[in-house]
Amino acid sequence: MSMLEIENLSVEPADGGQRILNNVNLTVDFGYTNVLFGPNGSGKSALLRAIMGFGDYKVVEGRILFNGEDITNLSVDERAEKGLGIMLQRPPNMTGVKLSSLIKAISKENMDIDKVAEELDMKRFMDREINVGFSGGEIKRSELLQLIAQNPCMYLIDEPESGVDLVSINKVGTKIQEMLNANLECIGERSVKGKSALIITHTGQILDYLEADRAYIMCSGKIMCSGNPRKLLDEIKSQGYEECIRCKLNQI
Amino acid sequence: MQTKSNLKQDLKERAEKALDKKASYGQDFDLSEYEIAPSESEQVETLTEWDEKTQKQLLNTGVVPSGEGRSGSLVVLNNAVSYSSTKSENVELIPTKQAREKYDWLDDYAWNLVPVDADKYTAATYLQQPNGYFIRAHAGKKETLPVQTCLLLGNKEVSQTVHNIIIVEENAELEIITGCTTKEEVMSGLHLGISEMYVKKGGKLTFTMVHNWAEDIGVRPRTKVKVEEGGTFINNYIALKPVKSIQSYPTAFLDGKGAVARFNTIAVGHPGSELDLGSKAVFNAPETKAELISRTITTGGNVVARGEMEGNADDAKGHLECRGLVLSDDGSQRAIPILEANLQNVELTHEAAVGKIARDQVEYLMSRGLSEDEAVGMIVRGFLDVGIKGLPDELENDINETIDKIGEHAM
Repeated sequence: MSMLEIENLSVEPADGGQRILNNVNLTVDFGYTNVLFGPNGSGKSALLRAIMGFGDYKVVEGRILFNGEDITNLSVDERAEKGLGIMLQRPPNMTGVKLSSLIKAISKENMDIDKVAEELDMKRFMDREINVGFSGGEIKRSELLQLIAQNPCMYLIDEPESGVDLVSINKVGTKIQEMLNANLECIGERSVKGKSALIITHTGQILDYLEADRAYIMCSGKIMCSGNPRKLLDEIKSQGYEECIRCKLNQI
Repeated sequence: MQTKSNLKQDLKERAEKALDKKASYGQDFDLSEYEIAPSESEQVETLTEWDEKTQKQLLNTGVVPSGEGRSGSLVVLNNAVSYSSTKSENVELIPTKQAREKYDWLDDYAWNLVPVDADKYTAATYLQQPNGYFIRAHAGKKETLPVQTCLLLGNKEVSQTVHNIIIVEENAELEIITGCTTKEEVMSGLHLGISEMYVKKGGKLTFTMVHNWAEDIGVRPRTKVKVEEGGTFINNYIALKPVKSIQSYPTAFLDGKGAVARFNTIAVGHPGSELDLGSKAVFNAPETKAELISRTITTGGNVVARGEMEGNADDAKGHLECRGLVLSDDGSQRAIPILEANLQNVELTHEAAVGKIARDQVEYLMSRGLSEDEAVGMIVRGFLDVGIKGLPDELENDINETIDKIGEHAM
């Protein structure tokens, strides 16, 4: 059994339109960090949003298993309750809702969230409305702060490096790495105590900060191949995604 | 020159002629259907003498029965003042009738801002020569504790009429909390309230009004405010409970250079409620500023949010914001902003939006583990948070309970 198993998942936009994901199969083992590569518009974000259960996408085929349980038809909050947490690439402007109110509502006891806010340089944003007027880096740090307060078992992270300056990438990357390895005394404990993650990365930059176990490449709503993250990234960098599609076609 | 008695005769005639004059907005009430509320009420030594239910009604409108943390208290029950006390020398707080007997000069203030013949409600109120509260903040004195007043409807199917006059003298500062409510068993009736407020040079008045009426109460407040040079007027209006109909359109005349007004309105239109709420600023002097903020929700009632700004002087600057949430298909929200500039050098802006809560906002909070109700509640609470400060805990709790209920029924 894996932490997350996506089986033959096909997804369409809720308001109609063409199928965005086609028979996607993907797994993330307990304690593993998997990454998802793919060009813009390939369906990576749709996959993450469908896993979290957001209403803009509907599953038309296949299922999502989390911790062995079928969560395909659960509501967003039920999925969060079971231990899924997401960091969105473009979260909505939460006019009127202060970051401190949300953090207060979701923080687990025995967590020094003040300290985390300090480390992420988010203290001065606590009285601000969430995401309203935030820069790219501020959005990421705010998302991270919320995720840490929420403390899920599995992280779905959408493009942590997009729209972020170098200083922020450093902060964000380091913090994600810390978050994934929290409470681990040695690497061997990972499959027992470690958190799982599925991270979308367009550029692969985030791999400078964390060790990923497995990578998937998605093009046009389909998984093209999977394998060692660094090897795949090198290949994409040298040959581009066109090669993935060609390669896939050759397999058929 | 007109003598005083001539003037009074004149006002009386004007009022009599206006007795059938319908108001421009809101449903029309037939005043003859309501008996005039008793003009005598039992006097109490302290508000804590009243039964617990009535005390709770007061607390939920921001009025603290013990008077703790307040510089003075006055309660109008039906058409009579049944309690009045002042703890501070910075302010004078007495019934309007008593004040008008005491101070001849009040003739220059009473019915000076609100015309007696504005509509049938002002006319009827004038002709009854009603009581109410008179509050004066003495020149140069800055009172830190608010004065609280309560307008309480104690009998069924009667009309209550009050006339309030507030004067904040030069460089004085005062905060007033006024709670308007009914005794628990009173479900129907009519409230007509005239308020005339004067903020003199350099003065500051923060006026917070909480309306907690009942299902079958009609409410027609008529409020005008005059702000002199460098003066500030802040109006907070909160109406979150069911009511039959409220129609009000308080207006601030910014008559002195640099005068400032801010109106914050938060209101919920429940099924069966009609809320026609506006606020207006008239910029009559240079460098005057105003901000009119309205946040209204309908859960089935009909809400009209009006806002009007009229620029008549150089460097006047104003912003108007009407936002309405529609949480039911049965209700309606209308936002009606009006901007008028009569000179070149005036800057007036507005933004208005009505609609439902965005689904992606709700799901965003749900993805953090909040239930749908909690998520809606948090969004509604944020929507209504316009930064009104200094409300007593009981009122804050009551507001939160109301918001939680809205959240439960919203989606």
